[in-house]
Amino acid sequence: MWRVGTVVALNDETETARTLKLEVLDWPGHVAGQHVDVRLTASDGYSAVRSYSIASEPNSKGRFEITVERLANGEVSPYLTQNVAIGDQLELRGPIGGWFVWRPQQTEPIQLIAGGSGIVPLMAMIRSRISAGGTASFRLLYSVREPRALFYRDELQTLSNHDSPLKLTYAYTRATPKDWPRPPGRIDAALIANATWPSNLGPTCYVCGPTSFVETVAGFLAGLRNSPDKIRTERFGPTGDRK
Amino acid sequence: MAITSRGFSGRRTAADVKLPPGQYLTTDFPVLSAGPTPRVPLEQWEFTLDEGSEVLRRWNWKSFRDLPSETLAADLHCVTRWSKLGTSWEGVSLDTILGDVKTDASYALVRSYGGYTTNLPLKDLLNKQAWIAFRFDGRDLEPEHGGPARLLVPHLYLWKSAKWVNGITLMNHDKPGFWESLGYHNYGDPWREQRYSGE
Repeated sequence: MWRVGTVVALNDETETARTLKLEVLDWPGHVAGQHVDVRLTASDGYSAVRSYSIASEPNSKGRFEITVERLANGEVSPYLTQNVAIGDQLELRGPIGGWFVWRPQQTEPIQLIAGGSGIVPLMAMIRSRISAGGTASFRLLYSVREPRALFYRDELQTLSNHDSPLKLTYAYTRATPKDWPRPPGRIDAALIANATWPSNLGPTCYVCGPTSFVETVAGFLAGLRNSPDKIRTERFGPTGDRK
Repeated sequence: MAITSRGFSGRRTAADVKLPPGQYLTTDFPVLSAGPTPRVPLEQWEFTLDEGSEVLRRWNWKSFRDLPSETLAADLHCVTRWSKLGTSWEGVSLDTILGDVKTDASYALVRSYGGYTTNLPLKDLLNKQAWIAFRFDGRDLEPEHGGPARLLVPHLYLWKSAKWVNGITLMNHDKPGFWESLGYHNYGDPWREQRYSGE
């Protein structure tokens, strides 16, 4: 069932990524980690649909946010990041997905590992944890090209500065902030071992990013004796146009 | 009636007309999996066909590869909306796997290394509609795409084509598999756009 959503706010996260806040009067509500289908239709009836992860925490107000990374050869993402204006209507279907989700009833330690725009569904989990309260301790390992490619930078900084249930580790692959202790480079086994929950605490791990990133990280986690059924993954390929 | 997106023209190609509704064409091969990729050494690989507690047939890699195989071309349609046309595979037909098995079952639950399952009517595995595939594009199937061997049922959305397959359970009653329990359609016909449950 397609629903009509109205764009009520726009916020640029980076030079290439934009958050769209949508209001859907009959929105059924979502769980952190789920995604939504967005349909664009041209004047001659041609339409294109892509899936985007929801970035915001569950609420009962019929509002949610998606963050869209503009892909160079994308069909839908350039429109959503450059053309859409406040007040525009979009067709939406969802929420979708019942596996890559975090629910406030979960009490085990939570390990989140994001590659690039793979942060989006994990941010929904963090926001869900903060708004729901509870006892689950979160760790986020966030791999990003360079500091200016970070999404939700100020919010994450605030969350990790305070007495927070979130412990945050950044890993930069191309360029780091000044005096950063770790030289730029991809996430490796040593970093995973140092920055993630020990597997004997039984964390549930959520890994989201490009396919090669997820393949590598999930392999490291399994190598550290995390049980494969506690490693949940979401991948997007070069043409996945997801998130 | 769809809402028109002001200023959106889209990027269409002639090939789009051959695609199921809501799909777009890709030429690479995206990966979607719910968890880590299992690594299954060939000397440990096995495939069992059972009817609940009763094992009907069992193959190891060698006896499986001794079965007659065939090459085929298939159009793939993923529920995440990409389609890839004319992919080339080699595999053993399920008609061969199930050939001389006598069963009253109407349903199948396909099982994989790593715990993944997917269900489908048994008739969808028969009559040259399904294969256990072990080569893609002339090469041994890579683990991230389901190697050593995966089910290939191209007439259904690709989540039905279970990767890292290690067995099939024949059943009298239908039983939802992994994604079928988590919001996806029980049958998954791309031409009828059966993506999610309730459609």
